[in-house]
Amino acid sequence: MEPPAVPEEEEEDEEGAVPLSMAPGPVGCQLFGYVGIEAVLDQMKIKTMKTGFEFNIMVVGQSGLGKSTMVNTLFKSKVSRKSSQPGQEERIPKTVQLQSITHVIEEKGVKMKLTVTDTPGFGDQINNENCWDPIIKYINEQYERYLREEILITRKRKIPDTRVHGCVYFVPPTGHWLRPLDLEFMRRLSKIVNVVPVIAKADTLTLEERAEFKQRIQENLKTHAISVYPQEDFDQDPEDRALNDRIRENIPFAVVGADQEHQVNGKRVLGRKTKWGIIEVENPAHCEFPLLRDLLIRSHLQDLKDITHNVHYESYRVRRLNESNQLGLSPLNGLPGKGEASSHL
Amino acid sequence: MLFFWFLQNNDDLRNLSLSGHVGFDSLPDQLVNKSTSQGFCFNILCVGETGIGKSTLMDTLFNTKFESEPATHNEPGVRLKARSYELQESNVRLKLTIVDTVGFGDQINKDDSYKPIVEYIDAQFEAYLQEELKIKRSLFNYHDTRIHACLYFIAPTGHSLKSLDLVTMKKLDSKVNIIPIIAKADTIAKNELHKFKSKIMSELVSNGVQIYQFPTDEETVAEINATMSVHLPFAVVGSTEEVKIGNKMAKARQYPWGVVQVENENHCDFVKLREMLIRVNMEDLREQTHTRHYELYRRCKLEEMGFKDTDPDSKPFSLQETYEAKRNEFLGELQKKEDEMRQMFVMRVKEKEAELKEAEKDLHEKFDHLKRTHQEEKKKVEDKKKELEEELSNFQKKKAAAQLLQSQAQQAGSQQTKKDKDKKK
Repeated sequence: MEPPAVPEEEEEDEEGAVPLSMAPGPVGCQLFGYVGIEAVLDQMKIKTMKTGFEFNIMVVGQSGLGKSTMVNTLFKSKVSRKSSQPGQEERIPKTVQLQSITHVIEEKGVKMKLTVTDTPGFGDQINNENCWDPIIKYINEQYERYLREEILITRKRKIPDTRVHGCVYFVPPTGHWLRPLDLEFMRRLSKIVNVVPVIAKADTLTLEERAEFKQRIQENLKTHAISVYPQEDFDQDPEDRALNDRIRENIPFAVVGADQEHQVNGKRVLGRKTKWGIIEVENPAHCEFPLLRDLLIRSHLQDLKDITHNVHYESYRVRRLNESNQLGLSPLNGLPGKGEASSHL
Repeated sequence: MLFFWFLQNNDDLRNLSLSGHVGFDSLPDQLVNKSTSQGFCFNILCVGETGIGKSTLMDTLFNTKFESEPATHNEPGVRLKARSYELQESNVRLKLTIVDTVGFGDQINKDDSYKPIVEYIDAQFEAYLQEELKIKRSLFNYHDTRIHACLYFIAPTGHSLKSLDLVTMKKLDSKVNIIPIIAKADTIAKNELHKFKSKIMSELVSNGVQIYQFPTDEETVAEINATMSVHLPFAVVGSTEEVKIGNKMAKARQYPWGVVQVENENHCDFVKLREMLIRVNMEDLREQTHTRHYELYRRCKLEEMGFKDTDPDSKPFSLQETYEAKRNEFLGELQKKEDEMRQMFVMRVKEKEAELKEAEKDLHEKFDHLKRTHQEEKKKVEDKKKELEEELSNFQKKKAAAQLLQSQAQQAGSQQTKKDKDKKK
């Protein structure tokens, strides 16, 4: 039995003056035996499984880059309508539109309300100036909604969370550099939301081309000071940093999406069948889809939500509250006043 | 248009079936890992008379020795003493804060005994509310000091609740999760205990005191919570000393007539308390504190400050804005007061200075006056002196003249006598 840890500072309580006194900081104590504190972890798990999770993801990119297919592959279900089905009338919309679809999916008792927001029309026009405005407006609107719920006097027990937790940006596989549109978009959006860039349709690049392209993209991002997810500033401890550094080395992930199954070596795998072979989506040697999936879902989903809540939402809130103090009545659409827009975007 | 789309999709939430393993079943683990790395906070308030066994029970519950000296009975009023400890079990770090009521029940007049307790609980809510209302806030690493559970120690009289207990619990039941326990339960026999418990529970119900209800809405915990609730209030015995029972050491209290084992369910309800408080419902206690008690406090506080939700034309951030405006107003008032005080101070200084200057002037005048008077007097004296000298010299002259006359007269007289003498001859 180890002797009890004597607290280093015995704070003498003030006599009489104030009815309460607080020790300066927590003191370490040794437990002599099992108490059962770790049961709180299970309690927490049970509670969260009961309430369920919410996850909102947005996919941005030009039409035809495989966004809908990617989402379907990620969540292994028909989440978005595929817009490239033959026979369907497909008109490129004149302006960027946002379409959100919500599904409830369940796996091993864990319920998740998944919302996927698609952005048809992005980057498809001849003149693409300000095509990111509707997207930014949408994201800010979700923050605005949450903020309004939060400052009510009588609040809901659980505020519905529609904020975008992650934005997957599809970069066309040119193999050269990031285009001005890509840079502009990522620069503006990485300030208000977690941006995960991916190289779409990566089966058009060989492995060397892929590596070079990635390198150039990373340089581009660094030159323009665009911090994509996982952001370096939010690494919490050395372990986190090491893990995230490995991920950062591989950003942007070169992905291939597929939702058809084929037979390979007697197993059924998701893949794209071409005349020169079958590209297995979940084979790490073929493409980096597993890395993307693991990042988004298996390991960093909670982190994405936390950073959205603790960082992006908070900075939105600070901006908004400062602004409403200065300007008085604030515009309903959530966008800051004209003067502000240019200064912080 | 955006809202329309979104709302429409929200209403018909479709359940999708997955055709393979996606992997988000690890989500609860991800969440738990995050919380583990941040650590948990748990704050217990122990309300009970001095010497009823609060510190010992805490030591027994958490299987450790929290350093503290026993309190005296001479406290002039109720005081709350809070101490924080960091406990670690496997990979869970718990920041435990134990708040003790020192001097509860010791005074002759106990009317105000509950007040410091209520004030303390409110102060913790207030601190959280302040942090939440700040513009730049950091809630995710805020050290939560709100009380999650209040263990109310009932004295083992065997009869009923004391009126102090009823009054205090009534004041606390809307602010904190109250778990009543019967302390030093080894002084009550089993049959008396049963009667005592039912008496207490019926008194609580008839007085409308809302104690903490163990949650029964989830299948995993419903059963155990339901069975345990029947035994409320838990009759506990605390002990940190170990006694050899059979071939094991166990926490117990040794009497000449036997040994009361703390962890023996036939002897007391300590194990039930530990199960309920720590192993089954710790998270629920924290959640209730945040979603029910804190929200109630927040609502009352904000309504008191004059905010309303329902006005449709109101500015969307009237809450924050008005709060900031009020704060600025208050600060402005403070500033004004400060300026006033400064002005008054300056004025006073000036006045005093003027007074002193006046006094100085007076003094100078007096001095001059005195000087003049002095000179006048001096002159008068000199004049008088001169007069006197003149008189004196006159007198001398007169005297000299008189003497001369006298001498002349004498001479003339003597001459006459001589003449007479001559005649005779």
